[in-house]
Amino acid sequence: MVKVDIKYTKLFINNEWVDAVSKKTFPTINPQDENVITNVAEGDKADIDIAVAAARKAFHRYSNWRTMDASRRGMLLLKLAELIESQARYLAELETLDCGKPVKIAEEEVYYSTSVLRYYAGKADKILGSTIPADGDVLSMTLKEPVGVCAQIIPWNYPIPMLSWKIAPALAAGCTVVLKPAEQTPLTALAIGALIKEAGFPPGVVNIVPGYGHTAGAALTHHPDVDKVAFTGSTEVGKLILGAAPVANLKRVTLELGGKSPLVVFNDADVEKAAQIAHAAAFANGGQCCCAGTRTYVQAGVYDQFVTKAAEIARNRCVGDPFDDVQQGPQIDKEMYNKVLSYIEAGRAEGARCVAGGGKLDRKGYYVQPTVFADVKDDMKIAREEIFGPVQSVFKFDTFEEVIDRANDTNYGLGAGVITNDITTALTFAKHVRAGSVWINTYDHVSSQTPFGGFKDSGLGRELGEDGINQYLEIKTVTVALPKIPLL
Amino acid sequence: MVKVDIKYTKLFINNEWVDAVSKKTFPTINPQDETVITQVAEGDKADIDLAVKAAVKAFHRYSEWRLLDASQRGRLLLKLADLMERDVKYLGELETLDCGKPVAQATGEAAWSAQIIRYYAGKADKILGNTIPADGEVLSMTIKEPVGVCGQILPWNYPIPMFVWKIAPALAAGCTLVIKPAEQTPLTALALAALIKEAGFPPGVVNVIPGYGPTAGAALTNHPCVDKMAFTGSTEIGRIIMSGAPKVNLKRVTLELGGKSPLVIFNDADVEKAAQIAHRAAFANAGQCCAAGTRTFVQSGIYEAFVAKAAEIAKKRTVGNPYEDVQQGPQIDNEMFTKVMGYIQSGKKEARCVAGGDRIGKTGFYIQPTVFADVKDDMKIAKEEIFGPVQSILKFDTFDEVIDRANNTNYGLGSGVVTKDITTALAFAKHIRAGTVWVNTYEHVTPQTPFGGFKESGIGREMGEEGILQYLENKTVTINLPKKPQM
Repeated sequence: MVKVDIKYTKLFINNEWVDAVSKKTFPTINPQDENVITNVAEGDKADIDIAVAAARKAFHRYSNWRTMDASRRGMLLLKLAELIESQARYLAELETLDCGKPVKIAEEEVYYSTSVLRYYAGKADKILGSTIPADGDVLSMTLKEPVGVCAQIIPWNYPIPMLSWKIAPALAAGCTVVLKPAEQTPLTALAIGALIKEAGFPPGVVNIVPGYGHTAGAALTHHPDVDKVAFTGSTEVGKLILGAAPVANLKRVTLELGGKSPLVVFNDADVEKAAQIAHAAAFANGGQCCCAGTRTYVQAGVYDQFVTKAAEIARNRCVGDPFDDVQQGPQIDKEMYNKVLSYIEAGRAEGARCVAGGGKLDRKGYYVQPTVFADVKDDMKIAREEIFGPVQSVFKFDTFEEVIDRANDTNYGLGAGVITNDITTALTFAKHVRAGSVWINTYDHVSSQTPFGGFKDSGLGRELGEDGINQYLEIKTVTVALPKIPLL
Repeated sequence: MVKVDIKYTKLFINNEWVDAVSKKTFPTINPQDETVITQVAEGDKADIDLAVKAAVKAFHRYSEWRLLDASQRGRLLLKLADLMERDVKYLGELETLDCGKPVAQATGEAAWSAQIIRYYAGKADKILGNTIPADGEVLSMTIKEPVGVCGQILPWNYPIPMFVWKIAPALAAGCTLVIKPAEQTPLTALALAALIKEAGFPPGVVNVIPGYGPTAGAALTNHPCVDKMAFTGSTEIGRIIMSGAPKVNLKRVTLELGGKSPLVIFNDADVEKAAQIAHRAAFANAGQCCAAGTRTFVQSGIYEAFVAKAAEIAKKRTVGNPYEDVQQGPQIDNEMFTKVMGYIQSGKKEARCVAGGDRIGKTGFYIQPTVFADVKDDMKIAKEEIFGPVQSILKFDTFDEVIDRANNTNYGLGSGVVTKDITTALAFAKHIRAGTVWVNTYEHVTPQTPFGGFKESGIGREMGEEGILQYLENKTVTINLPKKPQM
């Protein structure tokens, strides 16, 4: 066990570290050994009220933040990226301690998160409106203003990246933020809070309130003075948040929810390479990835070969102490661990053929064996429901039209992948599959420049890329009377 | 009374005219004399199910509609615009019959609506995604696809324009539609449906289901195969529609709701011109306009002169039979008439009434153009949306004071400022929290300029480039492409 120094465990409001009004705290658990790492201040409604008030004050039209040049906002984001980079190893170790992902991967994710901050740093002074050749004796234009006070609720599967995905565009746009990290993983959010202050963001611009969803989260999503909510997490909770949007005021809502993403392998694929891509698609992050390739459709001509290869790669996957050089650590917590194991049982019970793994690891901590099911049918539980664990399901298909229909036969629509060398197959697949991201001969390739988000029940709106800033903007049209022939 | 030939009174599904499954009909009322104009087929859940099914089929990836070039969608929209212009006189008369707006205004709105269709006709093959210099060994791009089957619920205040605001961007984007016009004003929606068929849109692309909100509207809002809802109407119903969004699937929802828009007149304004602008801002369409300038803030230096002028102009406003040359016809129906009269009674108790204040005549929903002065921010008539011919004038002293008072509302649809000073004008535009700011004009809305609300006045924008976004779903395609391929 690596010793990691935990410096910040309080709420971060107005650039200050404060206890919860109630003085309550809650434990954050180490998924490697099920022990309590530390206690963290537990935010609830009273704390959310204070944080929202701070964010509202920081959004006043003459505040330091609002009167700053857009480019200066960009410079603060660059400074934050630099500070995070200078502490990359520490933040990675803290991340691994709190969520169990292999520390090398956590460190890569820290660097990746700085690239997201830098992308939006460069965007801040490039948020363009238009001048418009409108009919009539007028000069018309659009201004892209910050939408206001934003509530941001982030998940536990990629704590640091998810924080960067949320705050970077919001701050580039000029909004102020109240962020609630997942109760499973509050520590790196608070550590970054300290860096936000150090970078020079004015008080109240970013506020971080750890706590639970049904208390702090609900207070945030129901608060009448919050203009916009951005949420990443389960479809179930996303629907609650959207349903609450019109109750107190009319919140703008964007959601990044679950998925059951299809990855389709055609007969002309190189089976070894396809199996590697499919393996990473299913098992990355212990399968705890919203767009994981969790339905692997393999064309009949290469099916048996593929299944053999997939099983072999899965059996060789290295699972263990995330501070060692492994590919996979524990699942996040007891609840998810039990859920994944019950899906594995369901797979067996419904008649899928288990060719690798099939249960838990025999050790302390929430460790699950990389599991592969073959001969999965579309109506099985493991085929339709999001498992969020290291479970790969392999299906056989015959024709293109058949697999398009089967791939689209879901209420989800987050990611999709195809492996083929044929240009028409690849591009037609991309055209007809109903998913927010389509990968061709790769998977899960997400960069700061490429918009990410769901069709259908997988979400509303897009994050990253040019599109990712739109949700943090409100459009104002200004039309000024201007006679074509003025009398001057 | 002008005789208007009513040709279409059934539901329009799959390019066919059909009775409601229940065979029920409902009456549409003439607000000029409170009589029944005609009966119209009353759509309910069973009919919505059929219409959505037709729209789903028309959205299949290999349907005639989906296989058209984008430019061909644009050509169909141009044809529709031509047909509207061909029938503009008839459409204007039918509109006036059903909703009471002066016929010259109705005809003008029908012609304007054809222009909106042309704007989006030209947009259809210019819906661009990006190629993206993404990190890594990839080629990345975004494709802007039609979001799918759209439910569109329209209000009664501008039936033809609101129909067109909804269908033009949606069809340009490649979506398929189920439209529920307001129960008060179904007739021109059905006449336009006939033109849509004549223009050559394939069956199922546009379906029109007249009916009531709690039945047909709710069925549409709760239908699991509807991908997106667009609604224009009251904030109250907008909330219901939005809360329905996550119930059966995860509908994308855009809303155009109510307003209590401030129009601010500074001391340096020309009082006569300002009063004319403010008059139109408050009384256009008999005040039945979501962005109406319903809080007129006048700086103290010109306040009394302005009030006198405003009252004078209001007293001269002509109100009467909308087929004649008048500025204002009746309000839309008994419910709104009663509501507006209630607000006028409230205003009379609290504020100074300098023009109007009563109903006109005994039949027909006619109300005198009414002006209240010395209105205070906490009065009912200052806070709540009246949606009738009532102007409220409030006094202010300084710039920052009026910005705070103008922004002190949960609405945020329109706003206006009348001043000659460049800094006042632009600082006002900057600090007011409203989707549209007019400077030395008001209510100037064109197909090119996005329109919509901050805060509780709505979500999303219609018109302009932004107006098509709500009908699109972004797909990011990332293809493995080694920087140094081994070929």
